[in-house]
Amino acid sequence: MPLRLLRRLTGVLATLLAASFVIFAAVYAAPGDPAVFLAGGRDKLTPERLAQVRAEYHLDEPLFVQYGRWLWDCLHLDLGRSFKYSDQVADLVAARFPTTLQLVLYATVLFVVLGVGAGVLAAVKRSTWVDSAVVGATTLAASVPSFVAAIALVSLFGVRLGWFPVTGGGSGFLDTVRHLTLPALSLALGALAIVSRVTRQAMADAAASDHVEAARASGVPERDIVRRHVLRNALGPIVTMCGLVMAGMLAGTVVVETAFGLSGIGSLLVGAINTHDFPVAQAVLLLMVTGYIVVTTLVDAVHPLLDPRVKGAAG
Amino acid sequence: MTEALLETEAAPETGALLDIADLTLRVPGAARPLLDSVSLSVAPGEVVALVGESGSGKSTTAKAALGLFPPGSTASGSVRFDGTEVLGLTGERLRAHRARSVALIHQDPRAALNPVRRVGDFLVERGATRSSAVELLASVGLPDPERRVRQRPHELSGGMLQRVVIAGALAARPRLLLADEATSALDVTTQADILALLRGLRAEHGLGLLFITHDLHLAAAYCDRVYVMYAGRVVESRTAKALFTTPAHPYTRGLLSCSPTLDTHTPLHPIPGRPPSLTDTFTGCPFTTRCDQAQPTCETWHPEPVRLPDGGTAACVAVTAVGSRAAGRHGWAQPQADGTVKNGATHE
Amino acid sequence: MTAIAPPLVPSVRGRRPIGVVLAGTVLALVVIAAVCAPLLAPYAPDTIDLSSSLVGTGRDHLLGTDSSGQDLLSRALYGARSSLIAPLALLAVAAVLGVTLGVLAAWRGGWVDALVSRLTDVMYAFPGLLFTVLIIAVFGAGMTTSVLALGLAFTPTIAKYTRSLALSEARKPYVDAYRVQGMGGLRICARHVVPNLARAVLGYLVVLFGEALMSLATLSYLGFGAQPPSSDWGLMVQEGQAAIVQGAMLPALVPGTAIALVVVCFNVVGVRAADRLGRQ
Repeated sequence: MPLRLLRRLTGVLATLLAASFVIFAAVYAAPGDPAVFLAGGRDKLTPERLAQVRAEYHLDEPLFVQYGRWLWDCLHLDLGRSFKYSDQVADLVAARFPTTLQLVLYATVLFVVLGVGAGVLAAVKRSTWVDSAVVGATTLAASVPSFVAAIALVSLFGVRLGWFPVTGGGSGFLDTVRHLTLPALSLALGALAIVSRVTRQAMADAAASDHVEAARASGVPERDIVRRHVLRNALGPIVTMCGLVMAGMLAGTVVVETAFGLSGIGSLLVGAINTHDFPVAQAVLLLMVTGYIVVTTLVDAVHPLLDPRVKGAAG
Repeated sequence: MTEALLETEAAPETGALLDIADLTLRVPGAARPLLDSVSLSVAPGEVVALVGESGSGKSTTAKAALGLFPPGSTASGSVRFDGTEVLGLTGERLRAHRARSVALIHQDPRAALNPVRRVGDFLVERGATRSSAVELLASVGLPDPERRVRQRPHELSGGMLQRVVIAGALAARPRLLLADEATSALDVTTQADILALLRGLRAEHGLGLLFITHDLHLAAAYCDRVYVMYAGRVVESRTAKALFTTPAHPYTRGLLSCSPTLDTHTPLHPIPGRPPSLTDTFTGCPFTTRCDQAQPTCETWHPEPVRLPDGGTAACVAVTAVGSRAAGRHGWAQPQADGTVKNGATHE
Repeated sequence: MTAIAPPLVPSVRGRRPIGVVLAGTVLALVVIAAVCAPLLAPYAPDTIDLSSSLVGTGRDHLLGTDSSGQDLLSRALYGARSSLIAPLALLAVAAVLGVTLGVLAAWRGGWVDALVSRLTDVMYAFPGLLFTVLIIAVFGAGMTTSVLALGLAFTPTIAKYTRSLALSEARKPYVDAYRVQGMGGLRICARHVVPNLARAVLGYLVVLFGEALMSLATLSYLGFGAQPPSSDWGLMVQEGQAAIVQGAMLPALVPGTAIALVVVCFNVVGVRAADRLGRQ
């Protein structure tokens, strides 16, 4: 078991290193002088600025040395200085991260409750109109990009009905929830579709097991069969998928935060790219990729707890 | 079919715990019924065997006692348990019947237990309490029962799991046990242990036991009475002794002579051909194509159980023809060479 | 004894479900609309008429106008062109790269296989559109960059799929037979292995099309893809969004609905197409 964990951790670290290197080295793939690029383009370039960038990024050193230096700084939360805001990138990101986190958590609650709920409903009412309705609705939900969902929700609930604010983050708990409801729904819609399908399929697979029929033959109440046998045994794939989808949502905030004018790290990234603020873009990308890898690794680690057979096989 | 034909000497109609009469089960898409006019009874304290090749309908028959039918199937006839018609049960009453009256011991214990739940949960779910679960495990001869209730199925061996499954079947104190190939997956010594255990439990609690197996020798040695099934029909029903000494149906004889024995030097005679599938339909006796004693009438003769002098029945045209004469002479019903048959006399 | 084939499991083939027929019809209409846009569109897509800004549905403008007074129906019709062709181009890029890498990894095995799978792992470490966004951050926004970047982002998926197919294909006896005849590995792959995989890969591409269209529309919406004055649907949504708060929903909803409709139809048809193409 410890050996397996060690190997797994090494693999994760290797992937993280490789991904961070890709993020760092991307600058060097850009046509032209990296210094010009890092300074945010040729337009506002002064010789002092260029010299400052060269010094800051140690551009006269070999790529790997620069990368090592950058990584070392990143690990100490020194992410450089934004060209646009001339603030510490770490401060910028830290100020905006809570909004993004709230959005992702809210969306996660929504898609887990609604997605798993819909999947369970479809599985229990298999081959009825309820099942068909859930499958149809999730096919539709999976086909609507989050920004289209966003404008549809804003049009209906924000402008037409006036139930929710159409933009901004809000302050205080209730106000935040109110402000984040439509963004979280837009973000959760696609995830909801995936999770409900996985739930439905996993439950159908679990329901086909012999022990379910054996329980039914023993007169175990149908409620208990669904809860303790079918859903319980389907939990592995369901939890895994929920974790993966949640991890991917960090990237989804790029679109939704832009659509709703929320000031999180997603909209920060879009802004940084549009203004060629490369240190900010690098930092946000690094944060999102790290978050994604960490969450997916955690999900993987949780799996043996849900299925004792996996634990038994590994030990 | 007349009531008289259902009766056998060991299970009088009135005292039967389980009484299946003329049960026919059809599923959409199959060319023939899954079960065709199956009649069977088990009395309290009786051990009855149901024997046949895979696909003969023996498991389906047993599950019918639980009101458990393949999806989409339609059933006719009657399945009575202690006088209550099981076919008419729905909802909570059906569930209560499955939970309290009849218990099925699954063929594959590893598949019958939910792999992610503990052994104790399995027993509690079937009506035991936390403390009685430990006693139950002890009563089926599982060592260290306090530890077992906290273990999960993958930590136990096949034989241990079979004991757990039997404990689960006993948890609700049922009156009829259905053992579906309960020992087939076990090694020989474990098998013997389990068989002894089941017999002991039967005597102790006055249970009826329906023992489903493909092993006719085991059935004849272990049970009071034996039903032999072929292609969804009961082809012979006899006391174990009569069946073993004087099998009446050619299929039964085929089964007996195709398994090896120690004491005789008779060569093995496998039954030619393969068991019919659900896509096969028959105009007459389903066994005709594999029967070494088939005659032209078999192609059209609709099989019906024919009463034998010793109280058993056999569904063979040859038995109809010779009847008591054959049974009186050797017990071996030989087909008539000239094929004179009272065709349809028993059912028209 | 009569043997009758039992339809115990309902046949997947045979009658097409009504939904598939409907979706296929809609897609055909959209393609026709895109091709015949100049004939069907009542206005040129870039006719700016500030006097009829944000007009609702009516006789002059069936689906209304946007804030610059451009006819939405005309723009949507023209927009169908780039919105449909761009995903196609993206998938073509991804297919060429993915199939090459996948077959190479399966054929050579060893360190080549390991390298391809490591590269794939690194790309999978970027969730969603982030890999594409990184490329756009470096090379700048634009439709060509978006198509190439997304093509690269879709490559690992196709490579992985192709690799698994190619692995079993390479074990088939005919491959050995050609090798014995002295045919080179490249030739066997190009002449036999790849063509044999083509159907299955094509089916997979059909499934990916909806995803490709959504991704490109999202990039255009973010301002990374199509640039004004294009009528790309994703860009139209972005441009129309400001008008929503003024009560004019059509400028954003018309292209948004178009995207959702095409993707739904593609997903419905795609699953079936993949099923049929995947089955040889």
